[in-house]
Amino acid sequence: MSKIILIGASHKTAPVELREKLSFSQEQIETALDFIKRDPGIKEGLVFSTCNRLEFLYIPGNQALDNNDGIDTVMRFISELKQLPVPEFKSSLYIHRDDDAVRHLFCVAASLDSMVVGEPQILGQVKKAYKTAVSAGTTGVLLNRLMHKSFSVAKRVRKQTGIGDNAVSISYAAIELAHKIFADLATKSVMLIGAGEMAELAVEHLMTHQVKKIVVANRTFKNALDLARKFNGKAVQYEERESALADVDIIISSTGATDYVLTRDQVKRVMKKRQNKTLFFIDIAVPRDIDPRINKISNAYVYDIDDLKNIVETNISQREQETVRAQGFVEEALLAFRRWLDELAVVPTIKAINRKMTDIVNLECEKTLAGLPHLSTADTDAIRRMTRAIASRAIHDPILFLRHTGDHRDDSFYLNVARQLFNLDILDHN
Amino acid sequence: MFMNIPFILLQCATFFYLISTGGYFCYLFYQKDRIQQTALGAVGIGAVVHLFAIVLQSAALGGLPIYTIGQSLSMAGLSLAAMFIYVQYRFYLKILGVYATAMISVLMLAAILLPEAAQAPDKIYKGIFFFGHIILIFTGESMLALACGAGILYLLQEQGIKGKSPGFFFKRLPSLDFLDAVSYTCISTGFALLTFGLVTGLIYARSVWGSFWRWDVKEVFSLGAWLVYAALLHLRLNSGWRGRNSAIMSVIGFIILIFTFLGVNFFLGGHHQGFTQ
Repeated sequence: MSKIILIGASHKTAPVELREKLSFSQEQIETALDFIKRDPGIKEGLVFSTCNRLEFLYIPGNQALDNNDGIDTVMRFISELKQLPVPEFKSSLYIHRDDDAVRHLFCVAASLDSMVVGEPQILGQVKKAYKTAVSAGTTGVLLNRLMHKSFSVAKRVRKQTGIGDNAVSISYAAIELAHKIFADLATKSVMLIGAGEMAELAVEHLMTHQVKKIVVANRTFKNALDLARKFNGKAVQYEERESALADVDIIISSTGATDYVLTRDQVKRVMKKRQNKTLFFIDIAVPRDIDPRINKISNAYVYDIDDLKNIVETNISQREQETVRAQGFVEEALLAFRRWLDELAVVPTIKAINRKMTDIVNLECEKTLAGLPHLSTADTDAIRRMTRAIASRAIHDPILFLRHTGDHRDDSFYLNVARQLFNLDILDHN
Repeated sequence: MFMNIPFILLQCATFFYLISTGGYFCYLFYQKDRIQQTALGAVGIGAVVHLFAIVLQSAALGGLPIYTIGQSLSMAGLSLAAMFIYVQYRFYLKILGVYATAMISVLMLAAILLPEAAQAPDKIYKGIFFFGHIILIFTGESMLALACGAGILYLLQEQGIKGKSPGFFFKRLPSLDFLDAVSYTCISTGFALLTFGLVTGLIYARSVWGSFWRWDVKEVFSLGAWLVYAALLHLRLNSGWRGRNSAIMSVIGFIILIFTFLGVNFFLGGHHQGFTQ
């Protein structure tokens, strides 16, 4: 019997159409948690659903309703709730048990399993799922500890590896560069020449840094006006773009023009007017809009789309190196959790032995004392004390033995034997 | 080695400076802020000990200890440390510590290791103008040394960005704008201090030798360096000589200054000669 089970499907195992069908809304998650709560075969459980994955993490109880640790039950539940026959999604599911489940969870929380490794949103999403499960009352000692450990390892990975450090998209890369050129983006102005998704995305990123003003130029003045309105900026005539250079610091260019939109001589002239203040050109167009010789001008920097792509690729490969380190942290955390989990099994066993002894002692003691009404209170107390002392000392050695778990012993074997010796219950670990 | 207290203190200070240099190099590679803070602290402690040593020496000599090359280097080290701490307080340009502490350590190692010829302090080197001249010149040159450091950092970062290959330094250096701002502040402050230093020197010369200017080699070269920085500031304000050009000029200017400080009197004699014996 496994102690921890994780069933799920992610962008790695299921195509987006299937993921869409499987994705749980917040309401459905609550329904699922309710199901988990009511099912006697599941002790603790948590449901996690984003556009890229669906995961059921649970601790199977001692009376699973099926022979498969509750896995069939969960699959049937998903099938009913999402109105999807099991065979349709079964092949896209992964089922992790124990160590694998813990490792998978830690990797997910640390963004190692994400589409873009190192993305920052996933931890917040995992935390939210945990919070929902806590509110629903479906978490217990095991899941609480497991989830908190996953947050720790995620935090450690983010902090101690460079995994989330650098931009892996063109727009972010451009902004990263802008930060290395200009000290305070809030005092800088931006000019957008042309239009296009990537260019507009870059402008939007810059807007979140509260740049001073945004100017838009376009061959078609009406388009310039529309975009200017979108960005709360000003539109200028395409022919005025050179003079507009005097008052802006960052230029994003994305037009369909075949020749250069800005030439070296134009920029040289403007540099004089600007007292040589720094200019940063982001040229997303193909063919290029900005004359590359402008990069040779002092205090002017030109990055075309290939340059930005190179930065992104370097960052991605750096991220991959950091991934190896991050996985090391995950393994460390896994080992620590496993040790804790193993120790946990001893405690309830000892508790159960204690309980059993106490029950036996109390039962026999009261039975006997019932037939000795002539004894004084002092006598009965003394007898009771004696029986309790006998029980304590009798199990003292076995408990000591169980407590001192060493790494060279197969503890679950001994625990198993102990439980059988004392007939404590339940199912064996094998 | 002399067994006197000031010298022991100087060795102690040098020890702290060396620790901070090591710390800053670690910071350069591993970027852990805790290391940087420790290194900065080490500079602070070293500077306090150093100051104490110089105060003791001054008391013993009856004037500032600048009679031998070793003593001059020691004064340079202390003023550089002091100005570095001030720049950190003002700008917190952490990475500058690599350059500054390396320079301080070199100065101090030379100061304590170079063989000293016993010098009888010359009675004429007294008075408020002399005192002011020394302090202002040393602090001014230290600021210009830091401006050179900021300039080097600027050129490194600019190379990474212009060359489209963000290398080792790209992540470790702040923005170009910030480096330029630090450089500019150091240049203008250093220039002001240098100006006052030269003026007090002139006044002192008049009071001692009867004329403001004696065409001593050091005087001439100092004037040359001063003109270079004056030109740099003028060009910056009027012709937009900012960024790359300013960084290059601050490096060149400082090289001239080093030559002025050390080389001139080594090679060419003059009334400043006594200080570099």
